[in-house]
Amino acid sequence: MAVKFPIFMDSQSTTPADPRVVDAMVPYFTQKFGHPASRNHPFGWEAEAAVDKARSEIATLIGARDPKEVIFTSGGTESINLALKGIAEMYREKGNHIVTTTIEQRAGLDVAKRLERAGYEVTYVPVQADGLVDVDQIAKAITDKTILISVMFANNEIGTIQDIAAIGKLAKAKGVIFHTDATQAVGKIPVDVEATGIDLLSCTAHLMYGPKGVGALYVRRKGPRVRIAPIIDGGGHERGMRSGTLPVPLIVGFGKAAELCRELMPEESVRLAKLRDRLQDAILSNVDEAFLNGNPERRLPHNLNISFAYVEGESVLMGLNKECALSSGSACTSATLEPSYVIAALGASAELAHSSIRFSLHRFNTEEEVDWVAQRTIEVIKRLREMSPLYELAKEGVDLKSIHWKAE
Amino acid sequence: MAYSDKVVDHYNNPRNVGSFTKDTPGVGTGLVGAPECGDVMKLQIKVNVETGVIEDAKFKTFGCGSAIASSSLATEWLKGKTVDEAGKIKNTDIVNELKLPPVKIHCSVLAEDAIKAALADYKAKHAAEQAATK
Repeated sequence: MAVKFPIFMDSQSTTPADPRVVDAMVPYFTQKFGHPASRNHPFGWEAEAAVDKARSEIATLIGARDPKEVIFTSGGTESINLALKGIAEMYREKGNHIVTTTIEQRAGLDVAKRLERAGYEVTYVPVQADGLVDVDQIAKAITDKTILISVMFANNEIGTIQDIAAIGKLAKAKGVIFHTDATQAVGKIPVDVEATGIDLLSCTAHLMYGPKGVGALYVRRKGPRVRIAPIIDGGGHERGMRSGTLPVPLIVGFGKAAELCRELMPEESVRLAKLRDRLQDAILSNVDEAFLNGNPERRLPHNLNISFAYVEGESVLMGLNKECALSSGSACTSATLEPSYVIAALGASAELAHSSIRFSLHRFNTEEEVDWVAQRTIEVIKRLREMSPLYELAKEGVDLKSIHWKAE
Repeated sequence: MAYSDKVVDHYNNPRNVGSFTKDTPGVGTGLVGAPECGDVMKLQIKVNVETGVIEDAKFKTFGCGSAIASSSLATEWLKGKTVDEAGKIKNTDIVNELKLPPVKIHCSVLAEDAIKAALADYKAKHAAEQAATK
């Protein structure tokens, strides 16, 4: 099969909507356009039924006991904001301490920083060299003032999957609420809030072949009953936790996406892991001094993150971006010149943090695309190393750390 | 962020990539930037010691496309200039030629630093050589 350009291999920034998702959404724009809170006519009933169905699909996908535990939001960022700020406000009298990690996505870190400015205390637990958080370190960080543990399920850059069950168990034992940012995990790998003791979970539709602009926050109702203060006030929708007219077409799409992910996951995760391994093997066997970032086993099946020594990430992307969409650092950080804080948090040198490339596969990628990207990546790295003064110095046997660099 | 056509051209067809042996008479080397900042440029000039004219220039750069383009352009401009003329190349000239956006101005600054460092290295070596022959 001929490869169609450009190739999209940046599915951890967003995914294409599945055509079946779009088909499900369409009637809810022009025909079934009712307001789900309109209780007195069929337009409203129809819309409410569609929202309920989607809510059930999402609840099933994440193992929630009751669909009522799923609160619709505008996306992952809002869900994370609502979880952290909502808990902080609601449990202020109980304590003011939050435990999180250094590799949360920007929303998690930025909300934590804002809460710090508002008088809360936040402990940022570091990760190990493979991107995994040491659960004992989280345990040690907990004080009698701790009201929330927030740890991402799987990382957006390196794909590392945390030991969520162990953290959930710890949270229960300590009586602390546990939130996980599962935006990268839901729909891709099994997620079960009941089996793993998750109290709050953030997810988003557009990372699981659904539409942009809708997400969900799971809020546990039993054992313990978790309460959150809203950050958006209004008509009291979503059990008072998130006011605002529900975007029914988006929610229907989210529900359809959840249904498809649940059905396809067993086969799809195996297929993508095979493609990913093929890409990884092709690159690592042809490029010297290329380093895999993150834990090689506990990793999302569609994620591959490699640091290529002696070349800078953006210049690598520039050699590929006409034909292939990849990412250096995350989409959030690539607008700045900062190197990836996630790679830096692994203890890698800053130079390697500048050299990381993320390949993230999706439902519609093919083996031919993978082979093309592997081949072109190898060529680009070789070409850039030919013009890299660092590669030249390293080949001459110079230890780069021994040079006194004259920075600007 | 879209790159200008000139940046893309220099990235795809970099001029004068390579190295001179550092201790060759007339060669000046500038190595600026730092790996942890994501930019390192090595820029070298080969000066005709009789005339003071830069006869050849080469570069190697670790950095983004704009950094590669800035140093590639610098080598083009250096060739044929006298050492004194070369000292007058400003980073703003590079910004204008390559249409660099504000976030990439530091690439042009680094290229100017690389030129200055190569010229200074050449001048120091040249002065030492002259002193030795006297």
